[in-house]
Amino acid sequence: MALPELFHDLLFDYTLRTVALGAAILGCVSGTLGSYAVLRRQSLLGDAISHAALPGIALAFLLTGSKAPLVLVLGAAAAGWLGTLLVMGVVRTTRVKFDSALGIILSVFFGVGLVLLTFIQKRPDATQAGLDRFLFGQAATLLAHDVVTMAALGGLALLTMLLFWKELKLLSFDPEFGSTLGFPIRALDVLLTTLLVVAIVVGLQTVGVVLMSALVVAPAAAARQWTNRLGVMVALAGSFGALAGVSGAVLSSSAARLPTGPLIVLCASALVLLSLCLAPNRGIVWNALRQRRNRRRLQVDGEAIP
Amino acid sequence: MSAPQFEIQLIAVVVAAACALPGTFLVLRRMALMSDAISHAILIGIVLAFFITEDLASPLLIVGATLTGVVTVSLVELLHRTGRVREDAAIGLVFPLLFSVAVILIARYADNVHLDTDAVLLGELAFAPFDRVILAGWDLGPRALFIMGAILALNAAVIGLLYKELKLVTFDAGLAAALGFTPAAVHYLLMALVSITAVGAFDAVGSILVVALMIAPPATAYLLTDRLPLMLGLGVLVGAAAAIGGYWLAHWLDASIAGSMATVAGLLFGAACLLAPGRGLIAVARRRAAQRWEFAQTMLAIHLFHHRDAPDAAEESRVAHLETQLRWERRFAEQVVRRAERRGLIRRDGQTLTLTDRGAQLAQEALGG
Amino acid sequence: MLATTTATAIAIRDLTVAYHDRAVLWDVDLDIPAGVLMAIVGPNGAGKTTLIKAILGLVPVVAGEVRIEGRPLAEVRRRVAYVPQRGSVDWDFPTSVLDVVMMGRYGALGWIRRPGRRERDAALAALEQVGMRDFAGRQISQLSGGQQQRVFLARALVQDAAIYLMDEPFQGVDATTERTIVGLLRELRSAGKTVVVVHHDLQTVPEYFDWVTLLNVRMIASGPVDAVFTPELLRRTYGGHIAFLGQDDGGLAAVAGGGA
Repeated sequence: MALPELFHDLLFDYTLRTVALGAAILGCVSGTLGSYAVLRRQSLLGDAISHAALPGIALAFLLTGSKAPLVLVLGAAAAGWLGTLLVMGVVRTTRVKFDSALGIILSVFFGVGLVLLTFIQKRPDATQAGLDRFLFGQAATLLAHDVVTMAALGGLALLTMLLFWKELKLLSFDPEFGSTLGFPIRALDVLLTTLLVVAIVVGLQTVGVVLMSALVVAPAAAARQWTNRLGVMVALAGSFGALAGVSGAVLSSSAARLPTGPLIVLCASALVLLSLCLAPNRGIVWNALRQRRNRRRLQVDGEAIP
Repeated sequence: MSAPQFEIQLIAVVVAAACALPGTFLVLRRMALMSDAISHAILIGIVLAFFITEDLASPLLIVGATLTGVVTVSLVELLHRTGRVREDAAIGLVFPLLFSVAVILIARYADNVHLDTDAVLLGELAFAPFDRVILAGWDLGPRALFIMGAILALNAAVIGLLYKELKLVTFDAGLAAALGFTPAAVHYLLMALVSITAVGAFDAVGSILVVALMIAPPATAYLLTDRLPLMLGLGVLVGAAAAIGGYWLAHWLDASIAGSMATVAGLLFGAACLLAPGRGLIAVARRRAAQRWEFAQTMLAIHLFHHRDAPDAAEESRVAHLETQLRWERRFAEQVVRRAERRGLIRRDGQTLTLTDRGAQLAQEALGG
Repeated sequence: MLATTTATAIAIRDLTVAYHDRAVLWDVDLDIPAGVLMAIVGPNGAGKTTLIKAILGLVPVVAGEVRIEGRPLAEVRRRVAYVPQRGSVDWDFPTSVLDVVMMGRYGALGWIRRPGRRERDAALAALEQVGMRDFAGRQISQLSGGQQQRVFLARALVQDAAIYLMDEPFQGVDATTERTIVGLLRELRSAGKTVVVVHHDLQTVPEYFDWVTLLNVRMIASGPVDAVFTPELLRRTYGGHIAFLGQDDGGLAAVAGGGA
C-alpha cells in the first residue's frame, strides 16, 4: 500500500480508523502504567492479571446476559484484581514464592475461564459468540463505542496516575521511606495495581489475554533504554505503546489474514530491539564501538611504553 | 465407564505425572514462569517443523519444539545478560514475541490445515482416544498415551539418574560448581525436559494448562512436605488427582476437560494452603493462638525479671501497669496473669506480682536463647 | 506513666517485637536523651535495625510503646528523619540525585502537591552540605557506594527533623564519605539534634559518639560512652566472641569476632 493511500485510509476508512485509534489508546495506557510494573520487578504480574481476567468476562456475561463492553470490562477488572490479590495473599501467608503463585493463579484462573466459556457455549441459547475473541483479541470487532469506553477508562487511569505522581514515584523507589513520611504505602500499592488492572482490561478485546502482557512490558523496557528520568520514561513508554498499536493495526489491514494482536506485539518487540541496540548511552552498538575505541587507544598507549 | 472415558483419564494422569516431575524443580528453583514462557514459545517450533515436514504426526515436530524451548531459555538469558533488562521483563519480552510470530505464520500459511491456534492454546483431550496407534492391524491404543508415556519415562529416568546433581544444583548452585558439576549443563537439561514435556502435553491440554499442571501440583506438595523425594511423589499424586477430578468435573458440566483439570489443581492447591498440617493457614492460626499465651507469659516473666531490682519495681509489677506499658487489654492481662500463676511462674498478692524462681529461670532462658 | 520530660527525645517502654513466634526484641526499655549522638551496637541478629524500624513504626510491635518527645509517632512524624540501609532500594531506578533528595520534602508537602522551587533550593543546600552539589543532575546508578550514602543523608537533612535515625550509614563507604558523615553527625549534634546510628565498627564508637546503647535482643546497657562502653558490658553483649586489643588514649579498642 502506498503511503498517501495509507494516510487516507487511516483518516477516512471507518474500520481502520476505529481499530487504529483503539490500538493507540490501549498501547498508550498499558505502556505508561507498565513502566511501574517493570521498574518494580512485577513485569509478569501483567500476564497473571490478563489471564485471570478471562473467568471474569465469562462470569459477567453469564450473570448479566449482556455483551456491553463496560459490563465485560468490569467483570475482567474484578477477576484480574482478585487474581492479583490472591497472588499477594499466597506469597504473604505461605511459603510458596512469587513466581509459583503467579504461575498458579495465571493458569488456574485461565482454566476456570475455559470451563465457563465452554459451559456457556453448550447452553441452548448458544450466544457466546464473541466471547472467545478475548483469547486472541479481534481488533476488527472494535466499534466506536468500544473505543469510547476504552478512552474513558484509560484516560481516568492516566489522570489518576498524574494526580498521584509524587506518591507513586515514592512507592516505586523507596516504599519504606515513604511509609516513614506518613504515606499509606499499602493503599498506594493497591491503587497502582488497580491502575494496572484497568490498563490491561482496556486492551483485552483488541489483543487478547494471551498477548496483553507483552504490551505492559515491551514499551516500558524500550523506553527505559533512552532515559534516566521517570517522567521521560513513562511518557516515552506511552508513545512507544501507541506507536506499536497504530503500526500493528495498519500493518494488519495491509493484507488479508494478518491478526492485529500479534502484529502489535511484533511492532512493540521491534521497538525494544531497536532501543536496546541504538539508544544513546545504554545502546549495545554504541557500547561496543566505545569499547573498541578504548581498546585501540590502550593499544596505542601500550606501544608507546614497551 | 466406557473405554474412551478410561483412556482419556489414563492419558490425563500420565500427562499430569510427566508435568509434575520437572515442575517440582521449577518450583524449587523459583523458575515457575519458565514453564509459561516455554509452553508458549514452542508453538513456533511446531509451526516451523510442520512447514518442513507438512505432517502433523511427524516426530520432527517434537524435536523442533523442544529445541525452540531451549532456545527460548537462552534468549531470555542473553537478554538478561546485556544488563539492560531484568530477568522477569526478559521473560515477558521473549515468549510473547515468539508466540506472536507463530500465530501470524499459522494465520497466513496454515489456515487450511488443522493447525489452529485455539487447539494449541486450549488442547482437546476429548479427541485423544480417536488418534490411535495401529501396528499391523493391531490397535495398540491412543497415540497420545504412547507419546506421553515415553515422556514420563524419560523424565523419571533422567531425574532418577541425575537426582543427586539436580538436588545439589537446586539447593546450592555455588557448591555444585565447586564440586565440578556444571550448573549450566544441569539447568539446560532440566529446561530440555520441561520443553519436551510441554510439547507432548500441550497437544492434550493446551499450552496454558501445561503451566497449571507443572506448577500447581508441585507447589501443593511443597506445602505438605520438606523432603524432596516426597515432594516429587506427592506432586505426581496431586497431579493425578487433579487429572481424574478434572475429568469428572468436565463430564458433569459438559465443559473443557483441560480447563476443569486446571480448576481442580487450583482447588487442591487452595485446600493445601488452608489445611496443610503444620503449614496451612488454619494450623498456623491455631498454633499462633496457643503460642500467644505462651509468648505472653514469657513476656510477663521477662518484664518482671527486668524490673525486679529496679527502684520502680513496685510500680512495674502491678497488674494495672501491664495495660498501660505492655499495651495489653485488661481481660487479656488478667488471663495471662492467671495462667502464669497456675504454671507457678509468678505469685500474685492483690495487685502486685512477684516472679518465682521458676519464672526467673524461664525469663533467663528466653533471654539467653 | 513514666515521666517523659522534653529532655527525652525517644522513650521506649517494654518494647517486644517478634516475627511470627520468634522474638527479635525482648522487653526493651530505653530513654534516649535529646541532643545525644548515639550508637546502637550489638552482634548480628541483635535487633538493631528492628529497634530503629520499631521506633519508626515500620514493624508491628507485640507489646510496649514508643513515644517521641512525649507523643505518639503519628503526631510528630515530621520531627523524625530516617536514613535506611543503602541496599534497601534499587539504584538503577530512573531518577536523579536531586530528585531523590527532594523526596525528603514529600512528607511536608502532603498529598498531591508537587515539589517546587523551595524544595529544590532546600535539596541543593543539603547536597552542598554533604559535598555532592555537583552531582545534583546525575542519574543515581552512576554513584559510588559512598556517594549513594551521602545522597540518603542529604535526603534526611532536607526533612529538617529534630531526630535522625540512621541504619548503618558507615557500611562499605570510602574514607572521604566516612569523614563527611562524621562531620555531619557532629554538626547535627551541635545544632541540638538527636542522632541515633546503628553502628558496626566497635573501634570508632568512642571517637564518633558520645552515647551508646548495647543491644542483644534485650537491652544490655545504655548511657554515656565512658560509662557504658566497657569490656565487661561488651562481653555481656557479644557473649564470648570478642577480643580486646588494649587501651589507647583512654578509649577502648575492641574487635568483635564470630561474624559480628
